Formats: sequence, structure tokens, C-alpha cells
Amino acid sequence: MLETDFGFLTWNVVSGFIIKGFIFSIQLTLAAMIGGIALGTVLALMRLSGKKLLVLVAAFYVNTLRSIPLVMVILWFFLLIPLLIGRPMGAELSAIITFTVFEAAYYSEIMRAGIQSVPKGQVYAGYAVGMTYGQTMQLIVLPQAFRNMLPVLLTQTIILFQDTSLVYAIGAYDLLKGFEVAGKNFNRPVEMYLLAAATYFVICFSLSMLVRRLQKKIQIIR
Amino acid sequence: MGNWDWQVFCKNTIDGEVMPRCFGSGGDITYLQWMLSAWGWTISVSLLALVVAVVVGSLMGILRTTPSKTLILIGNAWTELFRNIPLLVQIFLWYHVIPSLFLPLQKVPSFLLVVLALGFFTSARIAEQVKAGIESLSKGQRYAGLAIGLTLPQTYRFVLLPMAFRIVIPPLTSESMNIIKNSSVAFAVSISELTMFAMQAQEETSRGIEIYLAVSLLYFVSAFAVNRVALFIENRVQVPGMIGGGK
Repeated sequence: MLETDFGFLTWNVVSGFIIKGFIFSIQLTLAAMIGGIALGTVLALMRLSGKKLLVLVAAFYVNTLRSIPLVMVILWFFLLIPLLIGRPMGAELSAIITFTVFEAAYYSEIMRAGIQSVPKGQVYAGYAVGMTYGQTMQLIVLPQAFRNMLPVLLTQTIILFQDTSLVYAIGAYDLLKGFEVAGKNFNRPVEMYLLAAATYFVICFSLSMLVRRLQKKIQIIR
Repeated sequence: MGNWDWQVFCKNTIDGEVMPRCFGSGGDITYLQWMLSAWGWTISVSLLALVVAVVVGSLMGILRTTPSKTLILIGNAWTELFRNIPLLVQIFLWYHVIPSLFLPLQKVPSFLLVVLALGFFTSARIAEQVKAGIESLSKGQRYAGLAIGLTLPQTYRFVLLPMAFRIVIPPLTSESMNIIKNSSVAFAVSISELTMFAMQAQEETSRGIEIYLAVSLLYFVSAFAVNRVALFIENRVQVPGMIGGGK
């Protein structure tokens, strides 16, 4: 049977190794969520615009990113960004750009479904009172789409938080890396991997419980 | 950028010399051969994990629809456990932690550990879909089965599951495509699959763009092939008169 010893785990270890990674994982998640939803909404609007070129560009963007594994996308960006800007870029910043661009593809599919869930009559009503396309979208359609899709957007964000662990591929210092480095330094990898799993589980499980409650709340109001 | 060098695939992996006809002989291999063998690893890991995921996921999904509270609890706990831990962390658990818990597992090759990790991770998602599939059938079907004297397992076997499995084929298709993409995480424990190949060959040859393009294309082709096979199965087992039936 396994003998674990968490005796080495003092506050100094936690603050020295793990907090730093945790903060980066949160930053990465939030940045990619905000940027991803913004870009994803634009992509969704492009796909529903009916303009051939816009539809084609957005569809290409979304389908390409969705058909390649995230790890490969992380590697691609880590390779390409320095070639394009002509100087090296840190793994952390590269990860933030990658995740924003990558998650936008997934958020855009959610937003597209959300926009399509708003009855057509709402759009016609907007036009009928003299609103432009932009106003109709901004004031009538998008608020409802966001509201309908909020639970799904948040669930995707929980998946995004789990996926941030994949920055391992380019060696960025995230939550998982924090546990790993601490485990190596104190020669206690087994304990640290267990603790990492428990940490991710507690965070993701409680967040998904919250999302479930939110979902029920929204359902009742509707 | 702009100057391609596709010859990189015909280079010998040991001395970097371009081999005639792109294939090495006598133990030497080219990057092309390495990539094809890596593709084989990706496919093998994915297909084996898919088998594990479908078997375990169906079982857990079925448990969650039974009348027994204990069985429901087991199914729910399983799903939440494997859904809320990142795949990479689960792979590390299988690779570093579980073999020290169960000593016999130390002799198991890491390839199989990754198959189990990926299979169990995906089983949580499949359990969710199988459960939804069974619940989407009208309650009357279950009662009808029980009313004509079938036992509960027989009701599942002959009444509920034949319908439920047909209903869940579309979500299972996208899960099978996900499994191919997710198999890339196996690079972290040095399984020599496509992503591992991409990282190492990029480092050795510095022709990252060509190599990444080829690898991405292979991922795309694999996922597309799965999609076609699934569509074929879907059409073959279609129930006439159901939504989605008839083209």
C-alpha cells in the first residue's frame, strides 16, 4: 500500500511553488475567457451574417482550430509567433494568446447556437422600430443570447481551466507545474500529483455545481 | 518563412542525410517513417481507449438510470471524478501514482496506462450521453418491458439499450473524434505518438512548420475518417420513422 507523507508541505512550500502557478492558471483562464468570448461573438456574427466572404473566413477559422488538438495549437503558436514578430516570446504570454484564439473557436459555436435560439420575431421587431443591424444585435439579440447560453459558456470555461494544464507542452509555469516542481524539489512527486488532482477536482467540481444551480435559476425565470 | 523544405521527411533520423526514395534500410529510418509509426501509435492509443471508454462509459451510464440508489451513486461519483480532473493530471496519476499504489501495475507498459487514462477520462463523457440517451426514451418502454415479465437486465438488453445506443451514436461520434485529439496529451509520458514526434523532430531538424503541418494534417485525416465510419454505422442501424431517419 502507498505510504504518503505530506509532512514537508508547509505554507512556505505552498506560497513558494504553488501560488505562483495558480495565479497564472487563473490569469490565463480569465484572459482567454474574456478575449475568447469577445472574439467568439464576432466570429458567430460573421457566420450568421449571410455575407459569403465573412461566413467563409469564420467557418475556416472555427473548423480548422476545432480539428487540431489543443497541444498542437499551443506548439504551433509557440513556433509561429516568434517567426512573425521577429523576436522570442515567453511561454506564458504565448499561452495567453494561444488560448484566446483557440477558445474563441469553441465559444463562437456556443454563441452561434445562442443567437439562433433568439426568435426571429425579435430581430424583425428591432428593425420595425427603426433600429439598425448593429443596434438590433447589441440591444436585443446578444443580451438574450448571452443569457440563454450563460451556463454553457461557464461550463466551457471550466473545461478551459482544465485545459490550461496543457501549457506543460511549452513549459509555462501554471498550477500543475507548481505542484510538479515542488514534488521534484522535495522528492515527493506522488503526494504532489495527488494534491494536484485534488485541487483541480475541488475547483472544477464546485464550479460545475454552481453552474448547475445557475442553470436551474435561469430555467425558472424563463 | 516562405522557403519550404519538404525533403526533411526523407532525411535519415540518425545522420540527417537525405535517403533515396525516402525510406531507410537496415535499421535506419527516415522522418517520414518515424511519423508514420507515430501515426500508428496515435491510432492504436485512440482506438483502444475508445473501446475502454465505450464499455466503461456505457456501464456507468446504465447504472445511473437504474432504480437502485447505490448504483446511481456509484455512476454519479465515477462521472464527476473523471470529469473534473484535467486529462494531463489523470495521465500523470496513472503513470506516477497508481503504480506505487498497486505494485503489479509497475510491470504494465506505459502505453497501456495511457490507454486506461484516456479511456476512463472519456468514459465519464460517454456515461453522460448514454444516460441522456436512455432517459430520452419514454418511461412506458421500461414499464412495458417489466410488465411482460422481463427482468430488469432483460428490459435493458432487449428494450432500452437497442434504442438508446442508436440515439447516442451522433454524440459518440464527436467523442471518438475528441479521443483522437486528446491522445496527443500522451506526449507528456513519452509515448511516441504524433505530438511527441512533432516536438522531437522539430527540435532535431528545425523544420517545425513542415513537420507541424504534416502532423496537423494527419490528425485531421484521422478525425475525418472516424467521422465517415460513424456516419456509415449511423445509417446502417437507423430505426425507420425516428427523427433523423431517412436522408
